[in-house]
Amino acid sequence: MKEKRDLKIQAIENGTVIDHIKAGQALNVLRILGISSTFRETISFVMNAPGARGKKDVVKIEGKELSVEELNRIALISPKATINIIRDFEVVQKNIVVLPSYVEGVVRCINSNCISNSSEPIKSKFSVLQSEEEGVTLRCLYCEHVISEDIAENLR
Amino acid sequence: MGTIYENRMPFKNRHVISMKDFSRKEIDYVLDTAEKLEPVARGEERSRLLDGKIIALLFFEPSTRTRLSFEVAAQRLGGQVLNLGSVEASSVMKGENLADTIRVISEYADLIVLRHPLDGSARMAAEFASVPIINGGDGSVHHPTQTFLDLYTIRRESHLEGLRIAMAGDLKYGRTVHSLCHALSLYGAEMTFVSPPELKMPSEIVRDLQKNNISVKETDSLEEIIGEVEVLYMTRVQRERFPDPEEYEKVKNRLKVTGDLLKNADPNLKILHPLPRVNEISPEVDATPHARYFQQAFYGVPIRMALLALAMGVIE
Ligand SMILES: Nc1ncnc2c1ncn2[C@@H]1O[C@H](COP(=O)(O)OP(=O)(O)OP(=O)(O)O)[C@@H](O)[C@H]1O
Ligand SMILES: [Mg+2]
Ligand SMILES: [Zn+2]
Repeated sequence: MKEKRDLKIQAIENGTVIDHIKAGQALNVLRILGISSTFRETISFVMNAPGARGKKDVVKIEGKELSVEELNRIALISPKATINIIRDFEVVQKNIVVLPSYVEGVVRCINSNCISNSSEPIKSKFSVLQSEEEGVTLRCLYCEHVISEDIAENLR
Repeated sequence: MGTIYENRMPFKNRHVISMKDFSRKEIDYVLDTAEKLEPVARGEERSRLLDGKIIALLFFEPSTRTRLSFEVAAQRLGGQVLNLGSVEASSVMKGENLADTIRVISEYADLIVLRHPLDGSARMAAEFASVPIINGGDGSVHHPTQTFLDLYTIRRESHLEGLRIAMAGDLKYGRTVHSLCHALSLYGAEMTFVSPPELKMPSEIVRDLQKNNISVKETDSLEEIIGEVEVLYMTRVQRERFPDPEEYEKVKNRLKVTGDLLKNADPNLKILHPLPRVNEISPEVDATPHARYFQQAFYGVPIRMALLALAMGVIE
């Protein structure tokens, strides 16, 4: 079993494995981490991998350990993701992402009349709330609009 | 943002952006200050509190009433007004972003009153300003000085604590009513919302109020509730909200305050309206003791005097 899975993605010596990402969200995870074509490290990912808890996505970043603050943004779109730090081919640290209470510049406000969507020199700013009924919601600090769904659709 | 420099001077250098930035205690303090300044607002006493201060009125959107009352408030306190006219016409701001404009005006004035069409623009302005910003209305969300004056009117003409109030008209889009019901919830209240189904109070707001133990009743008929309330806060229903003109006519006539309607009112009922009214209050109501909307317009002056004086720290 283990061998088969490892064929899908090469083992990495040092880096970060983001595991148990909600199926289909791998590309959004890269976006939320600000990883674009200018990123120099090797990145590999699997989408819709069968796992014990249903389908999941996995992202592996070689040679780089991202900051906790950056990684915790993933909780906005995939609250069950785990962060595995790999050193010398071994998982040396495993953490579940923690929802930040504030995010800046990551999400676009859904209110088209919001000042953060104009050409002013500012980043979007949201306070993050989590409730039983509504799940994760973001409140724009400028216009107070609330984003309660489709956070993944509104990434910058 | 909203920095409190010293406990004894809770307002000095503080921005006035959103009602939600103010606690009940702070609101009461603003209202107390307005009350002290009322004789000056009426011209019965003279004041030089803002002597030597320059207040910039930066209006990116027309608003005669708000602008006028700020001008009067500043002048009654002996302050100078730097009226930046209609901003489109002014070459200073050509092509300049709001952030830079605010930084520049901050160098010229002691306080900036800003009105701007984009939501959240006042909050952003506060990030770039080196002087206090008073939000004179930004986009469709905030207009805190209107809410302060509504609260002041209610306190002067009726009472704030546990008020039985009805708000009527366009409750869906009306920022004044949204902000007012949030602020009144700090004092406990029984609220009745009177609107056509198309223009009902947004359900999130109703839910928030109920979470704060505010009793909420919703109806589409003024007759049904006119005998039960101490304050009736009327707002205008805009024709543009209705695709069907006939529908608009029907709604308009149902939500109308007339002499007839008031026969069943509590003798102490006070009627407020942020103005301008169109025809939701018939002229015959103006002469009754219920009509307090012109008084309400006057209260905009002492309230804005209080906010100017507190933000600039000339009253602590
Ligand atoms: N050296 C490595 N290179 C690449 N991926 C690795 C490496 N070591 C582990 N992983 C991957 O990191 C994730 C976590 O590894 P771990 O060995 O902790 O798996 P696990 O016991 O199944 O953990 P969990 O209970 O979190 O699913 C898995 O997806 C695994 O495939
Ligand atoms: Mg596993
Ligand atoms: Zn916004």
